[in-house]
Amino acid sequence: MSTTLAHTATPLPAEWRDFFALTKPRVMSLVVFTGLAGLLAAPGAIHPVLGFTAILCIAMGAGGAAALNQWWEADLDAKMKRTAGRPLPSGRLLRNDARDFGLLLSGASVFVMLVAIHWLAALVLAFSIIYYAVIYTIWLKPRTPQNIVIGGGAGAFPPLIGWIAVTGEITLMPILLFAIIFIWTPPHFWALALFVKTDYAEAGIPMMPVVAGETSTRRQILAYSVLLLAVSLLPWLIGGTGALYGVSALLLSGAFVALSVPVGLRRSQPNDRMSPEKRLFGYSVIYLFALFTALVADRMVLA
Amino acid sequence: MTPEEEKEYVRRRKQRNLVIGLVLLGFVILFYAITIVRMGD
Repeated sequence: MSTTLAHTATPLPAEWRDFFALTKPRVMSLVVFTGLAGLLAAPGAIHPVLGFTAILCIAMGAGGAAALNQWWEADLDAKMKRTAGRPLPSGRLLRNDARDFGLLLSGASVFVMLVAIHWLAALVLAFSIIYYAVIYTIWLKPRTPQNIVIGGGAGAFPPLIGWIAVTGEITLMPILLFAIIFIWTPPHFWALALFVKTDYAEAGIPMMPVVAGETSTRRQILAYSVLLLAVSLLPWLIGGTGALYGVSALLLSGAFVALSVPVGLRRSQPNDRMSPEKRLFGYSVIYLFALFTALVADRMVLA
Repeated sequence: MTPEEEKEYVRRRKQRNLVIGLVLLGFVILFYAITIVRMGD
């Protein structure tokens, strides 16, 4: 690169932190946790170096998909207060740079997974990236109020990939782990959507509380939480885990349903403080961490 | 470009180069470790 570049009208190069922000580091921490839980709960052993590599690939894939998501939604993010400060809408980063960064990160994650770990883990990782960046972000999110249900699928891949990295095969157990996060996502997000006044409507994204109304959203939260109770118990019922997980799942999911009942049956009043919704949302995050911790602890005890 | 902007330009470019260098170094070490582990399989 010649030094004359500094004298043209080129905008300042983006800071590396802006690229890092593009990977949605906070989402990534949850991805790393659930991916690691899947890896540790799987039967068999994986060398720590390879285990670290597998988790790194899952994190890189999630980061790449997040970058592609923001590349596509830059105009949309600019319209909403919560996202207007992101690197692209605020103009700190060029749009095509975000796209290239996302493609590079995604491609590298799948390639490393392929050569270092297992072809099936690489295949599922590649599919999860395409699922989030294309099927969810580009295709379905702007078209259907079921977007959160569909988006939950993207968040559900990490434990599945972590599991496959160890075993090299897809069995019922990792599919159940996938199902748990898949079913957990709608009540988790809709509880938030009920008390955070977002500007999704103005941005043209059909969120459930806006499209189907508050009452319907509340009913669906309750329905999903009951379903979550059933699905979270399945790993125990099919004999994939011990009682440590089973009892933990029963208590944790039971509390989830108990907190969903007031949310599902009430209606918000003017100037409502929305305490039950906030309580359910706060608990839903703890729930996921606790449930997967119990799963890993159960496996450690069995081993 | 004003002298201040140029200074900022150089600073950002240096930082990016440093981060890319560290990431590449990390991958070199990781691939070395993976190779050793895989050869032991």
